[in-house]
Amino acid sequence: MAMLKEQDHGTPSRVSEETVSLTIDGQPVSVPKGSSVMHAASLMGTAIPKLCATDSLEPFGSCRLCLVEIEGRRGTPASCTTLVEPGMKVTTQNDRLAKLRKGVMELYISDHPLDCLTCSANGDCELQDMAGAVGLREVRYGYDGQNHLGQAKDLSNPYFQFDPSKCIVCSRCVRACEEVQGTFALTIGERGFGSHVSPGMDESFLSSECVSCGACVQACPTATLIDKSVVEHGQPDRSVVTTCAYCGVGCAFKAELKGNEIVRMMPYKDGKANHGHSCVKGRFAWGYATHKDRMLKPMIRKSIREPWKEVSWEEAIGYAAAEFKRIQADHGRGAVGGLTSSRCTNEEAYLVQKLVRAAFGNNNVDTCARVCHSPTGYGLKTAFGTSAGTQDFDSVMDSDVIFVIGANPTDGHPVFGSRMKRRLREGARLIVADPRRIDLVKSPHIKADYHLQLRPGTNVALVNALAYTVIEEGLANMRFIEERCDPVDFAVWLEFIQRDENRPEAVAERIGVKADDIRAAARLYATGGRAAIYYGLGVTEHSQGSTMVMGMANLAMLTGNIGRRGVGINPLRGQNNVQGSCDMGSFPHELPGYRHISDEVTRRLFEAAWQVELDGEPGFRIPNMLDAAVEGGFKGLYVQGEDIAQSDPNTQHVTAALENMECVVVQDLFLNETANYAHVFLPGSSFLEKDGTFTNAERRISRVRQAIPPMAGYADWEVTMMLSNALGYPMHYDHPSQIMAEIAALTPTFKGVSFERLEELGSIQWPCNDEHPTGTPIMHESMFVRGKGSFVVTEYIPTDEKVGPRFPLLLTTGRILSHYNVGAQTRRTANTAWHPEDLLEIHAHDAEERGIREGDWVAIQSRAGETSLRAKISDRVQPGVVYTTFHHPLTGANVITTENSDWATNCPEYKVTAVQVRLTNTVSHWQEDYQAFREVARQVGPEEIAAE
Amino acid sequence: MPANRTFDEAAIKAIIADMRSLDGPLMPILHAINDRLGYVDQRALPLIAQELNLSRAEVHGVFTFYHDFRKAPAGRHVIKVCVAEACQSMGSDRLVDHLRAAFGIGLGETTPDGRITVEPIYCLGNCALSPSAMMDGKLYGRVEGTRADRLVRSANLAAAGDGR
Repeated sequence: MAMLKEQDHGTPSRVSEETVSLTIDGQPVSVPKGSSVMHAASLMGTAIPKLCATDSLEPFGSCRLCLVEIEGRRGTPASCTTLVEPGMKVTTQNDRLAKLRKGVMELYISDHPLDCLTCSANGDCELQDMAGAVGLREVRYGYDGQNHLGQAKDLSNPYFQFDPSKCIVCSRCVRACEEVQGTFALTIGERGFGSHVSPGMDESFLSSECVSCGACVQACPTATLIDKSVVEHGQPDRSVVTTCAYCGVGCAFKAELKGNEIVRMMPYKDGKANHGHSCVKGRFAWGYATHKDRMLKPMIRKSIREPWKEVSWEEAIGYAAAEFKRIQADHGRGAVGGLTSSRCTNEEAYLVQKLVRAAFGNNNVDTCARVCHSPTGYGLKTAFGTSAGTQDFDSVMDSDVIFVIGANPTDGHPVFGSRMKRRLREGARLIVADPRRIDLVKSPHIKADYHLQLRPGTNVALVNALAYTVIEEGLANMRFIEERCDPVDFAVWLEFIQRDENRPEAVAERIGVKADDIRAAARLYATGGRAAIYYGLGVTEHSQGSTMVMGMANLAMLTGNIGRRGVGINPLRGQNNVQGSCDMGSFPHELPGYRHISDEVTRRLFEAAWQVELDGEPGFRIPNMLDAAVEGGFKGLYVQGEDIAQSDPNTQHVTAALENMECVVVQDLFLNETANYAHVFLPGSSFLEKDGTFTNAERRISRVRQAIPPMAGYADWEVTMMLSNALGYPMHYDHPSQIMAEIAALTPTFKGVSFERLEELGSIQWPCNDEHPTGTPIMHESMFVRGKGSFVVTEYIPTDEKVGPRFPLLLTTGRILSHYNVGAQTRRTANTAWHPEDLLEIHAHDAEERGIREGDWVAIQSRAGETSLRAKISDRVQPGVVYTTFHHPLTGANVITTENSDWATNCPEYKVTAVQVRLTNTVSHWQEDYQAFREVARQVGPEEIAAE
Repeated sequence: MPANRTFDEAAIKAIIADMRSLDGPLMPILHAINDRLGYVDQRALPLIAQELNLSRAEVHGVFTFYHDFRKAPAGRHVIKVCVAEACQSMGSDRLVDHLRAAFGIGLGETTPDGRITVEPIYCLGNCALSPSAMMDGKLYGRVEGTRADRLVRSANLAAAGDGR
């Protein structure tokens, strides 16, 4: 694809029932009421010169270039700030306007370096374009007056630079930071000639409040704010529209390239999930894709104590297949299994589960959703009938009350976090339930009405107390319940919820939140208008994760907050395609489309299509596989793009299991931690190297398009295909579109999905079928998928993980903006500038008791293990609670977490671990041993062996 | 100006607490700090930002926009010399030179003993009597020759009266 230039209409599109008709340069045009004259002109193809206007920002009217004449009006109003009116007659070009514009441009250029030829924005500079558009030929003022040239550049941000001498002070960067990102990190300092862009209080970009989302760089019309990669490589010459491979927001990006070299990733305005916005990860942290650590050769070894030996693809695939077959012959069909990847495409996840079911002949397939949102799948399916969120992201713009539970959108899902903040600035009310004070609780222009700072592990008690309050205070939406919900289930639940144990006053102390606040939050949620719940792993990763999901569903049904815009229950899913990998049948009990493997009709359908007999018994979940491996009955695992040795709880149990296996096949971009225990390494391909689709947290299926050829020769789906063929189960696809065709043919919710349709619509939210041919933004509008909504009794059962004299603190874990999951990608980018290591957040009170000061090394110990990291004294956590992230392998945060898990889905209880923290001056034994083992396990054999 | 100023955090916090409930409290708070403490210490800005739920950048932007909000304490007496177009054309440069000769300081400077500050101002609305100046809020017109001497004398007199 050639370079894609998106049209900039200058001011945002307006939506209105009413249209206004006017004449521009003698041509009649009709546009929605509220549109600017500039926008109207642009729609009919007339580009009025502009500098301070861009359609991602509200009009500002400062550059004075977009002046027009309007019949019957004095002067020359700015077309960006002038709204269309019926019958208006606008002239955009005549001698007077040309002279005015030229005069304005002369002033700009009199204080601008004349280095266009060597300027990094050469070829992509609006100032240059405007000089051309107005026909600037001379600058009568000369260039010798006082000016801003020769000022020092700010190079502090690793990804972009700021050159104040090229700045025209149009404020686009300042406004983008405020309106689009909502961080307010930039301002214009001083006034008049002294006016200048100031990050924070005239700080460097890196030390200011800037979160490096790139909105300012994107908005800059000159070379003032520009990607360092463009400075280095020059302008890209082709672009490929694709989908980001980081979080579950699923932003659309243009990968901009020169040949096969990525120059930059630019957010795509037409992307329905991000509307042209981005975060530091998707926008800038793509360098991992071509990092020198990428393993590009297949490798094998007999034992994990041996160095790796580079071999041909044929040999690696052949060895893996032979080993799997040998293991099945020796230990039975069920002794092997596979894990699908939430980072790979739908088509790839589908193929891996197909390989397990058809080639291995068992159902031992699972995915990382096991450790994140499996309770969402279970809980929402039980209550509503589908395993997915109910809304599209845009729905939040219609919410009056936003209830965030156990999620940290501004760090974990930053682009959606920005949208949510925009709605909050418009006046929506906010309730946050989180043990930690996340940025949403209080940050510039954002303040939660209620921060329910609960003790980790008491979610269900809280949600029950909220529901109790709604019932007791007569705030329930009885009409909704009667019309939409199952009356028997409701009657049973009603009896349960009215028990005294659910009264806020009875549980306030246990939860750690005042009863009055619980009641006030319940009132706000029930009566504040359209109320939406957004939640994350702080809900699911508990022993009662599934219970909590159903508890929230109860609360939403109780108040009628489901089935419309602005309401709903919305999981913020962690990985780019975790929704998709679940949809694709990555569970031991479910075929694609969440249909139970024991359901004979569905099984017959797949058996006919796949030409193989399927096992009707559910297979092993990840924890079952690991337990069986430790016991000796499970011997082989095919892992595509997942790092269980770092991401899964109780690391020492995981690694003991992996060590006990005879054939672990890791398919990944890097030698990840799991690869330390692998016998076969198959090089993976990044999202830039293949075609396919990702499905984001709002069920939106978006295209992933190949921008460069696979660096190791094959895309991941091709590798799975080769392995399956070697195992004796033939798979033949020429392109992922054929895999999607098979998925659509076998899965009712995907019936209308195809690559052609995706080209046409841009993206599609499932269900997409005959009833909903263009997809379904809002679910359960007239009735629940299961028919009547089901209230489920959600009794609070405290976790077994309790504090005591040995382990007096509760550890909870989370994420940080600059890193993603196990950090395999982001640790290989300059994002480490913001977060070079995992830190333990501890309250001053607990720190002082233990003699811990800021930056001290501390040992953290649970009944599962011990590790060491540095302390950060913070009032974000409450006394008695400590917090850390798990982005760095040698911190080993999951050495501490335990095997406790959700009763329904085995989702690990990452969010609650009883620990002790003490000062130390050394790394833990685990860290020492693991570091030593890691060095040996990652060795690749000498070249001559590889050449054999 | 005193090199080692102490930062009166408590006083600033009290001012913020007092005014934060106002509609649009940022300007009144900056005024109050400037008036009561004589200047707005840079360290006050993050405190204001924190309390008003603004970013540091926003507070900085407002603070630096207005010249009358001081970054450092002024001298005890402030002479503002108009350097806008009318006064420039009528010789405000000469007045600036005159004051430099008298006090040893230029525009935007304060005498080492902290008595006098001279600073520029852009129009006092007294163009008919250019060049103009203002000392401690009192307007002076046609400040040339002997009238400039008189301004210097008044300043010295006022400074001499300090502390009595």
